[in-house]
Amino acid sequence: MKNLLNFLIKYHHIILFILLEVVSITFIVRYNNFQRVKFLNSSNAMAGKVYTEINSVKDFFVLKQQNEKLAIENTNLRKELLTIKQSNLNVLTQHQLDSSRVKLVPAKVINNSVNKQYNYITLNKGYRDGIRQDMGVICSEGVVGVIVNVSQNYSTALSVLNGRWSINAKLLNSNYFGPLRWEGKNPYITILNEIPYHVKVQEEDEVVTSGYSDIFPEGILIGRVVKIGSSKSENFQEIWVQLSTDFSNLYYVDIIQNSMNVERRQLEKLTENE
Amino acid sequence: MNKGPVWYIISFLVIVLLQLLLMNNIQFSGFINPYFYILFIILLPINIPRYILLILGFLLGITIDIFSNTPGIHASATVFMAFIRPFIINSYNLDDQEKMMIPSISNIGVKWFIKYLVIMIIAHHFFLFFIEVFSFSGFLHTLLRCILSSIFTFVFILISQFLIFRK
Repeated sequence: MKNLLNFLIKYHHIILFILLEVVSITFIVRYNNFQRVKFLNSSNAMAGKVYTEINSVKDFFVLKQQNEKLAIENTNLRKELLTIKQSNLNVLTQHQLDSSRVKLVPAKVINNSVNKQYNYITLNKGYRDGIRQDMGVICSEGVVGVIVNVSQNYSTALSVLNGRWSINAKLLNSNYFGPLRWEGKNPYITILNEIPYHVKVQEEDEVVTSGYSDIFPEGILIGRVVKIGSSKSENFQEIWVQLSTDFSNLYYVDIIQNSMNVERRQLEKLTENE
Repeated sequence: MNKGPVWYIISFLVIVLLQLLLMNNIQFSGFINPYFYILFIILLPINIPRYILLILGFLLGITIDIFSNTPGIHASATVFMAFIRPFIINSYNLDDQEKMMIPSISNIGVKWFIKYLVIMIIAHHFFLFFIEVFSFSGFLHTLLRCILSSIFTFVFILISQFLIFRK
């Protein structure tokens, strides 16, 4: 017993070191499995408040740039409105149907990164604003990410620049779809896989969301094809897609609330159980 | 030369804020992110007990983790750095009077300090970047990120030395 105590006292720093490393690595591994440690993310109340304050200072310096962006978007929307007015009634009702299902909640990005392997975004809207897990996040330029954690007033989202998830994307011209994943290197390039060789793909082709998952509605722009290669082991093309969203310059986003999601999930669950 | 606990609490807060507000916003093509916050561990007094050093390392790392959504990654790297610190310091023969001091350029000398700083930064960054990727695939890419960030951290810490310990 005495020897044991002596041993503990003599090597207390090594034991403490191992203990602290085990605690840290437990955090990392649990986090890898998507079971995120509660309170240890930036959607908790205190971190959220600090980031909001920092942001109000940052805002001041980007006002001009943001105004220009908004003006351009305004013009685009107005153009779209005109085309809708000109088109026939049939299309109009279809539009109205879609817009009543899908609501957009505007939110502000209060924390963001592009230089890590697993990038996250913190937003200033939370449970009180009707935000729930698994809602999609988009911005005027294209797809941004998906909500993973929600607190009362804040939420965190996985950005596209995160190796832990992939988007179901399709080629606008041919309608072939596959998973789109970030390789963890260049924050402007992602890779679309599982497109068979017989599909003709050209540079500058648009890549959009497929609508097969309930996170994003169909047809939201993701990016454009910049390079076509072949994947090492499989019989598929590997398509390099330049993201349309500039993640290093992201200030305002919209969160998609799809009221039909609950119904859709129940139906899909029913089918799976059979 | 030893400062009171209040001085350390304030410098802890200042260093964490500098890291979050300034350093995390330095991003060149996704490669470089200086981790300036390890300055806090580097400047603790030489004769500090090892267990306090380790606990402070863990606290510092987990604070950075909470704000940057990376539970455990910074904590493990900083604890590792705090663990090897006494071994590095013991490899230099210091007399008892020097052991009471803070390891800084004015106290210990430029050459000594730079050696100590480089080893500490490289130990921390290697551990951090490889635990972040969690695999050895893409070894060279991770190594490159690690070396570039190390250089920037080194430069910033050196600049801070001349600002803090100016006479």
